[in-house]
Amino acid sequence: MNARILHIATNTFREAVRDRVLYNLIAFALLMSAAAVLVGQISIHIEKLVVINLGLTAVSLFGIVIAVFIGIGLVSKEIDKRTLYTVLSRPVRRWEFIAGKFLGLAGTLVVNTFFMAIGVFAALAYVSHHLESADLGVLVALYFIVLQFVMITALALLFSSFSTPIFSAIFAFWLFVIGSFAQDLRNFAAMAHGITRFLATAAAYLVPNFSALNVISQVAHGEPVPHRLILLNTTYVLVYSAAVLSGAVLIFERRNLK
Amino acid sequence: MIRSRQVTAIASTVLVCSMAMAALLLRKVDEAPPAASLQQMLYISSPKLLKRLCLGYEGLLADIYWTRTVQYFGSKHRQGGGTYKLLWPLLNITTQLDPHLIPAYEFGGTFLIAKQPQGAGDPGKAIELVQYGTQMNPNDWHLFYDLAFIYYDQKDYRHAADAFLRGSQLPNAHPFLKIMAAQMAQHGGDLKTARMMWSATYQTTHDKMIQANAAAHLRAIQVDEDVAAIEQLVQTYRHRTGHFPQTFSEMVSSNFIHGIPLDPLGHPYRLEAGGRVIVSDPDDLPFLNQGLPSGYVSKAVPKLSTAN
Repeated sequence: MNARILHIATNTFREAVRDRVLYNLIAFALLMSAAAVLVGQISIHIEKLVVINLGLTAVSLFGIVIAVFIGIGLVSKEIDKRTLYTVLSRPVRRWEFIAGKFLGLAGTLVVNTFFMAIGVFAALAYVSHHLESADLGVLVALYFIVLQFVMITALALLFSSFSTPIFSAIFAFWLFVIGSFAQDLRNFAAMAHGITRFLATAAAYLVPNFSALNVISQVAHGEPVPHRLILLNTTYVLVYSAAVLSGAVLIFERRNLK
Repeated sequence: MIRSRQVTAIASTVLVCSMAMAALLLRKVDEAPPAASLQQMLYISSPKLLKRLCLGYEGLLADIYWTRTVQYFGSKHRQGGGTYKLLWPLLNITTQLDPHLIPAYEFGGTFLIAKQPQGAGDPGKAIELVQYGTQMNPNDWHLFYDLAFIYYDQKDYRHAADAFLRGSQLPNAHPFLKIMAAQMAQHGGDLKTARMMWSATYQTTHDKMIQANAAAHLRAIQVDEDVAAIEQLVQTYRHRTGHFPQTFSEMVSSNFIHGIPLDPLGHPYRLEAGGRVIVSDPDDLPFLNQGLPSGYVSKAVPKLSTAN
């Protein structure tokens, strides 16, 4: 990898740690401990299900919130603090800056997810007294959650490259919500006619498909995730994120920073 | 510096006092009679809408709704029963959100079918719930077993036999399902069949609550059989002597029985005037059809544990 991109990525990671982003791990640990201990007493027969559902949902939502709130400030904060000019006055190209910021935040989220995954498995081992091979499905769900983060980070960065932080946050969250309905949108498009069908189909393929990346319920019941889906989702996220990042680069390249 | 310390001290005192006051006030609020029962209300009753609103995290929402169902049923049960108005909507939402949540069908069916005040007393909804479970989980023989049990409870032996048969044809189904299907078709209403059903439940479950429930039903069947047999002996005694025995000791001394008959918990049966046989402590033996003192009203919460 380009050394300049790596430097920007490392600095983004350090900055996130310095911003106490990883403090969310404490809240997560408390949530998992409480769930593991309490649910058995207030419900019937869903201790393991709750640990998986709650654990993975928390990993996903915590990560999305971090991705959006850090992602939206990645460019605008640098402009506000005027540190961007220092960076760009060196032999760093604008696309390298975008790529470095993206990799830095994605890396932060991967590290964050790694620690949360340890928490999920620890709680799982506590409630079921042992881990089974079917529990490996949780790893697939975690991998899909990381793929979600990759997409949302790219989107937050895209909006950050041309909009204010507050609007970037609104856009990114709305796209996440709409992306969660991607399947419904496609079903709607299939039922529509004429221009509506065309527009709905276009919208369905334009918005990020977050619904296919959510297999939490499936793995909670020990159902296997097809290898083909893993391959297709990985490729889709890489291609979609590349497209979004290209958009961010195109906008940022043309942005007047004076 | 001193001013800063003063502020810290005042702020800390206000914080602690306010929190303590808030807790005390909340307790008073809890004690006040509610204007309308929030427990009896569902803000969103459409499972479809909830599924849309949860953005794909329906697994966690189903767990929350299932916990809410258990809490609702438990609290109503503790209060002595009632109408259980929200039980079906809560179970419906839970299972629509997560159609593979097996405990919701297994326990939900039991909550719905149990007669009031112990449950909702709604066998139609219990059948609808478990039938939906079998459609969504067509390879889980336990659900067919549960469905058969509900039909059996309704004395619908034909449908019970059919459910047992369908369950027995599934992979990994317990072999007793086949036997139960045949038994149900031939001798649906027998006590022997009931004993087989509850014995099978007792042996195949790992859940302590279900085991305790099955054990209580087995004890009740035993008492029903005992009472019928002892009353038969009392009648024979009357035919031979021309009068009812006053106590079991009379029957022992006449060699009609070898000793004072004991119920499954080891307590002696009691003999009433007119040759009626009753248990000495009916609260310890729920689900009885025979041997209950006249005018006895069963408790809302059956005592499943035999420990004193």
